[in-house]
Amino acid sequence: MKAFRTHTGLVAPLDRANVDTDQIIPKQFLKRIERTGFGEFLFYDWRRTPDGALDPNFPLNQPRYAGASILVADRNFGCGSSREHAPWALDDFGFRAVIAPSFADIFANNCVKNGLLTVVLPEAQVATIMKRAQEVAGYRVTVDLEQRQVRDDLGLAVSFEIDDFSRRCLLEGLDDIGLTLQHEVDIAAYEARRFGG
Amino acid sequence: MAVELQKPIQERAPSAAGPRTLFEKIWQEHVVCEPPGQPPLLYVDLHLVHEVTSPQAFDGLRTAGRRIRQPQRTLVTVDHNVPTTPGHLPITDPIAARQMEALRHNCREFGLTLYDIDSPDQGIVHVIGPELGATQPGLTIVCGDSHTSTHGAFGALAFGIGTSEVEHVLATQCLPQQKPRTMEIRINGPLPEGVTAKDLVLGIIGTIGIDGATGHVVEYTGEAVRGLSMEGRMTLCNMSIEAGARAGMVAPDEVTFDYLRGRRFAPKDAAWDEAVARWRGLKSDAGARYDKVIEIDAASLAPFVTWGTNPGMVVPVTGRVPDPAAARSTAERGAAERALEYMALAPGTAIEDISVDRVFIGSCTNSRLEDLRAAARVARGHKVNPKVRALVVPGSQAVKRDAEREGLDQIFRAAGFEWRDSGCSMCLGMNPDILGPGERCASTSNRNFEGRQGRGGRTHLVSPMMAAAAAIAGHFTDVRRWRFQ
Repeated sequence: MKAFRTHTGLVAPLDRANVDTDQIIPKQFLKRIERTGFGEFLFYDWRRTPDGALDPNFPLNQPRYAGASILVADRNFGCGSSREHAPWALDDFGFRAVIAPSFADIFANNCVKNGLLTVVLPEAQVATIMKRAQEVAGYRVTVDLEQRQVRDDLGLAVSFEIDDFSRRCLLEGLDDIGLTLQHEVDIAAYEARRFGG
Repeated sequence: MAVELQKPIQERAPSAAGPRTLFEKIWQEHVVCEPPGQPPLLYVDLHLVHEVTSPQAFDGLRTAGRRIRQPQRTLVTVDHNVPTTPGHLPITDPIAARQMEALRHNCREFGLTLYDIDSPDQGIVHVIGPELGATQPGLTIVCGDSHTSTHGAFGALAFGIGTSEVEHVLATQCLPQQKPRTMEIRINGPLPEGVTAKDLVLGIIGTIGIDGATGHVVEYTGEAVRGLSMEGRMTLCNMSIEAGARAGMVAPDEVTFDYLRGRRFAPKDAAWDEAVARWRGLKSDAGARYDKVIEIDAASLAPFVTWGTNPGMVVPVTGRVPDPAAARSTAERGAAERALEYMALAPGTAIEDISVDRVFIGSCTNSRLEDLRAAARVARGHKVNPKVRALVVPGSQAVKRDAEREGLDQIFRAAGFEWRDSGCSMCLGMNPDILGPGERCASTSNRNFEGRQGRGGRTHLVSPMMAAAAAIAGHFTDVRRWRFQ
């Protein structure tokens, strides 16, 4: 897994609550058996009109947000299906972090496994970032995982919480399967205790 | 699947002081170790696997040179991509076929038993787990699918995971897990006539919201929950995720034991008696505390219909499409306006005046025998409205056989419903069963998200009885006033 320490990037606003994983990556793209190549299908039904053309009204299609690497959205981002294709698509599109007032549990777990940082901030601060992303040309923020802080050049500096283990996994880009396998003795002992030798 | 899923515990973990919830009992029994600076390592008793969320996990194992720790605790089937038109072989969608072929190859390489498309045991993974008796009280169960919460109906701790976690469980049979919070949702009083488990769960989501249970494991209690069959409890727990819950659970009781007795992977003979004795202890102790408690009066519930684009946007069938202007906040108003635009509905429209083009009876929420019986009871002696196309998709091949033995297929066919083979079908339209743009569907599935059943498709979630009634009437209608024949 790739590590995340600190990242500064252009912010794209998606001013919607309850963005579900069916919107992030629609089902017709889940049949691929690889982890890569999902970026072009990100928000497919929102990004493209029924005839397949890019919809100029959708923020990610606007030239001012080209190259955005931080997405800001409203509460309960990533609800619905457990498909890890959602963080794969966000990552493949170029996003390194998503900022929102809250995230669905499975989606947030899936993001950590892929080096994609989900930043939970209070609604007021999310609204500030959203507004600046909509109004200030080239608006960028820094997401600093080491300091657990989000800041911009306009005076915003707000700290966020993240559990120590997820933070460590992200900072070090840890293979957590390898970490679990270090406890093989404990797992074997547990199995022996519960199921017999 | 070759061995018993659980044996008597030889050495009981020391119990924490004080009364414990059902969740805490199962959690404590499954903590393998608590390494410093890491979340507890939780043991997984049963891992369910399907074709869509697993190929990248098997690739990961191959790349790292890892094997599967417990193949006999891994149950594999194909369900999401499977076409449901009878006599569906060969698969015409080459990408779907490739994904199913990848699963076959992976099962052969890693030594897993696969309930393949031609198996008499094939079906939606959340239908066949219980049906085979693999889902049992007290187990930890995971699957790369959010509706894994279904299995909590048996008093198991069951939750959905992503593909990286699928790989983790295949390799280690464990998951590092932060301990979730607990929530009790108590339903006081019995369900009124014509109100089903589906209406109950839609009512709960409408009350607490689609993120009302995020971060929590929900235990459903109260008279209405005790009164549900196993099928009803599965419907209830299935949609826990639609309220954001990590898992949903119902403590096991005689209903649970009666359902499990004699099933293929259920314990037999003396082991059965021992298991039941142990399972009887799987309930929350008197005085156990939950982080949050919600109480709902069953008498306040009615047959529900969703009007918007998430399962919390729901009203009784006797109600009207709400006016966004009455929303509590500008954000909610915006969301409601967007939803109504997508759904092509005007505020104030009576739900019973909304006509449907399609009806889908199926999915891991509502495709079990009891669901099909309820729908057939409504359909018997009636005809599907000529402008409606209606589909009945049994959850498994076993459900299909049982239904045919009872003649349910004949009732559906005579009424003009299509009778299909088992699979996820139009719940998420990964197979050929999809809605066309603008088509409106009464669906017994679990998600009415934009495009869920096909781009531009408009989904209204309802119970099986309400779906069958809509198919016949051509619009939503209150099943409590139905003329049963």
